[in-house]
Amino acid sequence: MKFSIYRYNPDVDAKPRMQDYDIALEPTDRMLLDALIRIKEQDDTLSLRRSCREGVCGSDAMNINGKNGLACISKLADLKEPVVIRPLPGLPVIRDLIVDMSQFFKQYHSIKPYLQNDTPPPEKERLQSPADRDELNGLYECILCACCSTSCPSFWWNPDKFVGPAGLLQAYRFIADTRDLAINERLDNLEDPYRLFRCHSIMNCVDVCPKGLNPTRAIGKIKDLMVKRAV
Amino acid sequence: MAIAKRQFDAVVVGAGGSGLRAALHLAEANLKVAVLSKVFPTRSHTVAAQGGVAASLGNDGDDNWHWHMFDTVKGSDYLGDQDAIEFMCRKANEAVYELEHFGMPFDRTPDGRIYQRPFGGQTRNYGEGPVKRSCAAADRTGHAMLHTLYQRNVRAHTQFFVEWMALDLIRNQAGDVLGVVAMEMETGEVMTLQAKATLLATGGAGRIYSASTNAFINTGDGLGMAARAGIPLEDMEFWQFHPTGVAGAGVLITEGVRGEGGFLLNKNGERFMERYAPTVKDLASRDVVSRAMATEIKEGRGAGKDGEYILLKLDHLGAEVIDKRLPGIREIAMKFANVDCTKDPIPVVPTCHYQMGGVPTNMHGQVYVPDGANEKIVRGLYAAGECSCVSVHGANRLGTNSLLDLLVFGKSSAQQVIRDIEVDEAFPDLPADAADRSLARLARLDSATSGESVAEVGAEMRRTMQLHCGVFRFPDSLADGVRKMLAVAERVKHTFIKDKSKVFNTARLEALELDNLVETAVATMISAEARTESRGAHDRSDHHDRDDANWMKHTFWFKDGNRLQYKPVKLKPLTVESFQPKPRVY
Repeated sequence: MKFSIYRYNPDVDAKPRMQDYDIALEPTDRMLLDALIRIKEQDDTLSLRRSCREGVCGSDAMNINGKNGLACISKLADLKEPVVIRPLPGLPVIRDLIVDMSQFFKQYHSIKPYLQNDTPPPEKERLQSPADRDELNGLYECILCACCSTSCPSFWWNPDKFVGPAGLLQAYRFIADTRDLAINERLDNLEDPYRLFRCHSIMNCVDVCPKGLNPTRAIGKIKDLMVKRAV
Repeated sequence: MAIAKRQFDAVVVGAGGSGLRAALHLAEANLKVAVLSKVFPTRSHTVAAQGGVAASLGNDGDDNWHWHMFDTVKGSDYLGDQDAIEFMCRKANEAVYELEHFGMPFDRTPDGRIYQRPFGGQTRNYGEGPVKRSCAAADRTGHAMLHTLYQRNVRAHTQFFVEWMALDLIRNQAGDVLGVVAMEMETGEVMTLQAKATLLATGGAGRIYSASTNAFINTGDGLGMAARAGIPLEDMEFWQFHPTGVAGAGVLITEGVRGEGGFLLNKNGERFMERYAPTVKDLASRDVVSRAMATEIKEGRGAGKDGEYILLKLDHLGAEVIDKRLPGIREIAMKFANVDCTKDPIPVVPTCHYQMGGVPTNMHGQVYVPDGANEKIVRGLYAAGECSCVSVHGANRLGTNSLLDLLVFGKSSAQQVIRDIEVDEAFPDLPADAADRSLARLARLDSATSGESVAEVGAEMRRTMQLHCGVFRFPDSLADGVRKMLAVAERVKHTFIKDKSKVFNTARLEALELDNLVETAVATMISAEARTESRGAHDRSDHHDRDDANWMKHTFWFKDGNRLQYKPVKLKPLTVESFQPKPRVY
């Protein structure tokens, strides 16, 4: 199977290049990650992140034939040859398929991604109805792979100012949690021309999310709450 | 060669569940803590845990910690230390409530309490029938837990060294541990991190087997570091084979599927677990179920073209229950087995999943070296989670006790660190050769101009483990396995990598990981060959029965000379009566 892979090692390369590989696969190689590991067995200089190989850790996000996704759950049979693999767009490349995700995590941290509730906890659990708990579905499952934020033009232009879909999805995860008491502070934190409102609902994030989540809808709900609060 | 040095009250190696739970407690106590992780914390392997965390909350039916303790002792096949097991089961409710207060998105019962489901080996009234003890967030409990713990650490301003790999422990003449030598993956820079307390929380080494549910990062780094520093590894012959890994792919299918009412079928459509475990059937403990499945396959009743797998049926639960309680499983079955599990069964096989053994610790996370029946504490060194052997899991871990283990002992080890260290005290001098071992390992890889590839030698190690030390073990095959593995260990010393770059050199990381894996593999093979009985996950064809007269004891493997030493199981709990060994029937 034929691959064309982005290569760049600042130690030796003056500039990035694309390298072609043509490799024989085993019948057990089903996913793109299996193929990348075969390639690495032959050429150990190819660098990429990977861990769980089942789509829950979020390590192996990359740009696959022009679309962001996780290598470990991208079926080889579905990919057009040569498969063109590039690092996630919009973030600085450290080496080959490994990008510097500092900006992405900085935005995640900026929404205060932890439950805020300063009332003394009860002896047992805080109660939450099944319906209220259901509000967290489609939010808490995010794996922070960055496929969404790095497919978003607003994030490409303003990664330092726009929180991006992943961070905003998590902002809403806490806003939607009946146990969290900091809704107002959370909305204040996003009330800004860039942090929330740079989202123009082009929905690239929804298109690429490997977990089938919908950041655009969560962002819409935050915007609704902003409006409601203003009137 | 002068290398940079930094000083911390505590260094935590690993940012999975136990590392994050410990770090949180240390950071909230205002200690200066550094947490090292090879991956961004939420990518640690705790993220892949599915079914739940055990606690006798009794949110749906009666339950209590003493029943939980009985199940855990019995599940361990009486190799677990009963003091530590009592400690863990009594702390379980508090640990889970704390997690809920941190924001963990548990599923809920109709009255708003934490949702609980049945799990293998977890019973009411000392084995009478299944109990709902597994506290769950759908089938993503580990993911929800790991993210919650990370988030709470963000709140506590814990200092993370993300994408740093710890290479070796620093020990002085007296045997005290004074910190670690570590490497920043992005730059290749090596640094010593001096610490008054070093906590290993590096997880398991399930990647020593070819067929494993484990992530690539599960390479037993803490075990390798300990072994090279002269610390023994305990009970390494005991590896859990999870009954339901996706055939061919190895990806985990939670026992929660059977907890919610799914069951196993052979090729004749027979629900065969009824023969092996008449009372709890498919919810027997994992060693029992895995052996039953392997027996069915061996005796020609496996499904598939070559009779190579068993079928996990859950379509009768209905799409609504599956989508609510097991949505991740539906996704995995679709992606990795091409099966819509709301219609067809999932092909599964027993797959290496969990390491019951590890670095010997007491229930406060303190690492020790056995001295007869006594425990000689290694000052400055602690371990928690899968890399440690407390021993609460003994010869077989019960499902959902691993997430509990890492919460309880992550916290208890942090509490012990706080008791042990004097924040105001000056740091002792580091030995002059503190970083030499690590630098020598790196220098060998940098200077080697030829040798075998890391991938080749690693594959040989995994094949050898799979072939010689699987679900069923045979004396001649184990002896062969020892010989082969010692040869593999020799080959590991002569591997070669083409990539000599300093920048995010993953070839070098994999070579360093193989150093750790092979220590684990050698320890496993040698410990398994020596234990001439069948207990829990260790099943020998020449000694079919448990031998309590001779083998109620823990194995300790020392790297130096591959020496083995033993220490009796602690049968005495903290406050209650002992559970005496009995035949194990489910």
